[in-house]
Amino acid sequence: MRMRLFTIIFLLTFSPLLNATEWRGTGDLGVVVERADGSLQVIETTGNTILGRIEGLGDLSHASAVFSRDERFAYLFGRDGGLTKVDILQRKVAARVVQSGNSIGGAISQDGRLVAVSNYEPGGVRIFDAVSLEMVADIPATYGDGKQSKVVGLVDAPGNRFVFSLWDAGEIWMVDMSDQAKPVVRKFMDIGLQPYDALITPDGRYYIAGLYGEDGLALLDLWNPDKGPRRILADYGKGEQKLPVYKMPHLEGWAIAGKRLFIPAVGQHQVLVVDTDSWQEVGRLDVHGQPVFVMARPDGRQVWVNFAFPNNDTLQIIDTQSLELITTLKPGKGVLHMEFEPRGEEVWVSVRDIDRLQVYDTDTFSRRADWPVLKPSGIFLTSRAHQIGL
Amino acid sequence: MKQPVLIIASLLFLAQSASAAGIPEPRRIELLNLLKHDCGSCHGLSLKGGLGPPLTPTKLQGKPVDFLAATILYGRTGTPMPPWRPFLTNREADWLAQQIKEGVQ
Repeated sequence: MRMRLFTIIFLLTFSPLLNATEWRGTGDLGVVVERADGSLQVIETTGNTILGRIEGLGDLSHASAVFSRDERFAYLFGRDGGLTKVDILQRKVAARVVQSGNSIGGAISQDGRLVAVSNYEPGGVRIFDAVSLEMVADIPATYGDGKQSKVVGLVDAPGNRFVFSLWDAGEIWMVDMSDQAKPVVRKFMDIGLQPYDALITPDGRYYIAGLYGEDGLALLDLWNPDKGPRRILADYGKGEQKLPVYKMPHLEGWAIAGKRLFIPAVGQHQVLVVDTDSWQEVGRLDVHGQPVFVMARPDGRQVWVNFAFPNNDTLQIIDTQSLELITTLKPGKGVLHMEFEPRGEEVWVSVRDIDRLQVYDTDTFSRRADWPVLKPSGIFLTSRAHQIGL
Repeated sequence: MKQPVLIIASLLFLAQSASAAGIPEPRRIELLNLLKHDCGSCHGLSLKGGLGPPLTPTKLQGKPVDFLAATILYGRTGTPMPPWRPFLTNREADWLAQQIKEGVQ
């Protein structure tokens, strides 16, 4: 009897509070960039619904996000140099700085304490305290006789390091932030012409920069940095007429499935297959258009590919074992980005020109959800918080 | 009396060329969408620059519309700028060049 009374009192006291705050985790949440409106949509992947909108985030063309390790905050990197820390549970801006005139992406450090942004204008990298967004380090990408290069392909690496590439200078820089007060910069010169984006392998060992200005890719083994970067796939595309490139491929999504790396060919309607032991090309797959994102389902069994203008209404799915095309989907004009749920059973797809956000079953390829979202581009799920390089 | 007629005539002429040289409204919307989102993927959504240079009126001062239209149609060798001729008529390229020069909202 006494117990029951206690229970009633407890419920009367706390249930309004419980209802008001709706305790929930954030492991099934994510954000979708509405690139034209400067806003985010918060999504949840358990019921495949949209929870709400966060506005006033500036120019979000080409915006990307990383997550705090507690998966509560998204750090959003806007085109206009804006760095915004968003509380996705409360769906509001927690902190915001406009840290440069023109930026392209960012990364969060291994220990989660630092957020780095790569800038086009002024060219370089700036590093911020993840709690307060106060600047901790400013690293201008100076080269030659004092010019500043645009910076691309910024990733986090083990050892609390950041690695990035200099588009104008053809260099890779590695910044060790073990001691926040004393960033140690190591530069690798002459890596190739116009690195336009880069990736780090999921184990954090290899940093690979794609080269726009010449054939091949630059590979840096972060376990053996003294050996310096080396060129891989240097013969790729040689002597072939390249098609005009209407959208630069993205390398963040480069897919590693088992021992095979799947990468978008620049200026060709092909996906390249590379053996990750020898770093030799072992195959080429003809696809619908010039690939932009080539992304592996988390289990590595499938690779999903989207395409540049004017073929951007299509998705193709490739079997990584047989290297055969499994199916072709037509979500609509302007397929910009895909994001797999952490265990890969579903994938979220943004379709810009028809203002839709779609969810597909990766087994049956049926559409599970289809939401109206204004000019959606990047989709980022909180599970990225625990992946090296994302 | 003659002068006002001339003025009206030239105004009409100007109005006509400003009405997008016979490009129908739906196509103009398509072209502006292309400019914002596809050109914008390198030049920035607000055309303030990205990997590609900014395309703001101030930055394009001294660059004639013909030159800009030719760049749109044929691309720039030695840079990532591709030719958009497969998707645009000369007239549409001229119109886009003019939009950029004047500044797009």
